[in-house]
Amino acid sequence: MASRDTWTKKDLTGIEELSAAEIGAIFRQADKFLPALAPGKGLDLMKGRTVVNLFLEPSTRTRTAFEISAKKLGAEVVSINTTASSLVKGETLRDTAMNIRAMGVDAIVIRHSSAGAARYLGGVLDISVVNAGDGAHEHPTQALLDAFTLRRKFGDVKGLKVTILGDILFSRVARSNILCLSKLGAQVTLAGPATLVPASLKEAYPQVRLAHDLKSALSGADAVMLLRIQHERQTTTHFPSLAEYTSQFGLNAERAAWLKPGAIVMHPGPINRGVEVESEVADGPRSVILEQVTNGVAVRMAVLHLCTGALRR
Amino acid sequence: MKTSETTPLRIKGARIIDPASGRDERRGELCVSEGRFTDRLSEAESRRAVTVDATGLVVAPGFVDLCCRLGEPGRSARETVRTGTLAAAAGGFTTVVAMPDSSPPADNVGTVQLLREICGREAAVRVLPAGTLTKGHEGKALAPLGSLRKAGVCAVTDTVSGVQNNEIMRRALEYAAMFGLVVLDHCQDSSMTEGAQMHEGAWSLRLGLRGWPRAAEEIVASSDCALAGLTRARIHLQHLSSGGSAEIVRQAKAKGLPVTAEVSALHLLLTDADLGGYDANLKLNPPLREERDRLALIAALVDGTLDAVCSDHSPCTATEKDCEFDQAPFGAATLETAFAAAHDAVVADGHAPLAVLLERLTSGPARVLGLEAGTLAAGAAADFVLLDPEARWKPSAAGLLSKSGNNPLVGRALRGRVKSTYVGGRKAFGA
Repeated sequence: MASRDTWTKKDLTGIEELSAAEIGAIFRQADKFLPALAPGKGLDLMKGRTVVNLFLEPSTRTRTAFEISAKKLGAEVVSINTTASSLVKGETLRDTAMNIRAMGVDAIVIRHSSAGAARYLGGVLDISVVNAGDGAHEHPTQALLDAFTLRRKFGDVKGLKVTILGDILFSRVARSNILCLSKLGAQVTLAGPATLVPASLKEAYPQVRLAHDLKSALSGADAVMLLRIQHERQTTTHFPSLAEYTSQFGLNAERAAWLKPGAIVMHPGPINRGVEVESEVADGPRSVILEQVTNGVAVRMAVLHLCTGALRR
Repeated sequence: MKTSETTPLRIKGARIIDPASGRDERRGELCVSEGRFTDRLSEAESRRAVTVDATGLVVAPGFVDLCCRLGEPGRSARETVRTGTLAAAAGGFTTVVAMPDSSPPADNVGTVQLLREICGREAAVRVLPAGTLTKGHEGKALAPLGSLRKAGVCAVTDTVSGVQNNEIMRRALEYAAMFGLVVLDHCQDSSMTEGAQMHEGAWSLRLGLRGWPRAAEEIVASSDCALAGLTRARIHLQHLSSGGSAEIVRQAKAKGLPVTAEVSALHLLLTDADLGGYDANLKLNPPLREERDRLALIAALVDGTLDAVCSDHSPCTATEKDCEFDQAPFGAATLETAFAAAHDAVVADGHAPLAVLLERLTSGPARVLGLEAGTLAAGAAADFVLLDPEARWKPSAAGLLSKSGNNPLVGRALRGRVKSTYVGGRKAFGA
């Protein structure tokens, strides 16, 4: 397949390590996999291979999406979650991963609460490692499926105005999206309360615009990406209450009207209805939230196929 | 440490720099008799004397380290007095202050006596134990400072626990001053650094690691200076990392407050940008900060605001560091590379002449604690180093003597090297 020629990595640990051409290779591969998502369809490109989902932090959606992606490719899948893992018995991440490796596994998909954990594991193992979220660092497949969704809606990501709204400070989704959208030529605005969208973000990502006023953040945007407000991660010092957040930054129909005509509303899920988004918007005509979920399977299929393929060649 | 009869020495051909006296001779001669410096050897001694040809090298007083950890008691998987002091000697340090956060901590006479006993048997350089300021370095109740003083501690500090309560710090300063004990303080407002992994800035944002703001250090540096003003007691601020903290010390000194301060050698050389690859060996407390902090610290070292360069040697085992970044302990094993790091950053980069850096490694730290060390004066203990400022080298894991390999400078090209180290006229390191 042509797209494989631009892909040589055994791991996907972050968007930071990817070029625009490599992102394009993933998209072209995902395009080809979309038809296989219909019920009753499936492929056998990874037949006889085994993928382990090593999820050391609670997740249902991402783990399920990775499981289905691997199964749609014909692979065997084993999922380990934090309570089942021997990590709780004091084993190190290296030892856990080496043991899984020793069982003849082809790829490990890892979710971990520690930033840098996927990159660490990629350096330790000679099999494919795919990052399904490492602390507040990166969640590359989420950013890829988001950009893939934008590309399918608008034809091209280049030149689009995209606003990411919410908890930027603690969000790995935001970091991966800032990098991915920038590499693809979109203009990114980061919006939310000053405690979650600190001015220093401009030092880390000089190409982005910061906004603490929702109207200016949304006006003229082609898309808004809402981030889940994760009250469990923010100490109470970052904003006073969920109600206060909603009153200042929650997206309702009135505020969604500030967006460009034809603009779309995105969310990585799971959504907090009535907190960062009202149902009228989440279920409204601008919402592409469920398409993101579908695209997520195709994109993850592409990532698993390309990464394990790079090792086979 | 062991002492015995020593052979008289005559060191010839080297440039001799003694910051304490201002001596700087192009090709001078240094003589050692009975383990002490002497102006000249007697005829009998001359006949027995060993001549060391140090042409092309620099002779300077042995370095004094105000902050290191030697692993004992209780953390001998990381370091022992033997390996730690061999590493110190390899780094040119002939006198080191051992931090009291051992296990058990040096908050009692017995632990101090135990450490001194181990050092008497094992140490390759002079070890001065520090005691804790409060029991268990918990910041709640004062440690028995008078008894600790009698047991031989050279200073008191709660090290990385810091003292979070200003009332306790105030009383501790007053009480310690009664015994002539200098209080060393690690400046960190813990309420601002919960879960923090590295300097708060662009790099912590990119890496998704919890940030540690400069203000967490500067707030405590400020309160320490205010308490020094209130109590007029001696306080020494440990391993400052922020340019703002250096400025606070500069102002305090201008007001005549009895404040001194130090910087670790790594903070003169590296910045938070070096953490881009999640190298857990660069996870330090205090954290590496930005280039402007690094330059401000160098400037403060050069103008005398900062009195000393320390190693802040904090060995951790390879296993402890081989994990997810946020689960790794803080610290780096740095004794052996401290001079090279500081020399590379300060002297080789042209910020100051060698004599200035050597002052901050010898008489500077000695003055902080009132130690009779860091000098080449006749009659003083013959602790000295031979240095090659022109040497280019890369530390290798196999070549390091510390029991722990968490030296982040392994594999990095450095300018300036310690060639040999003498303690009391006896060679402790080198060819």
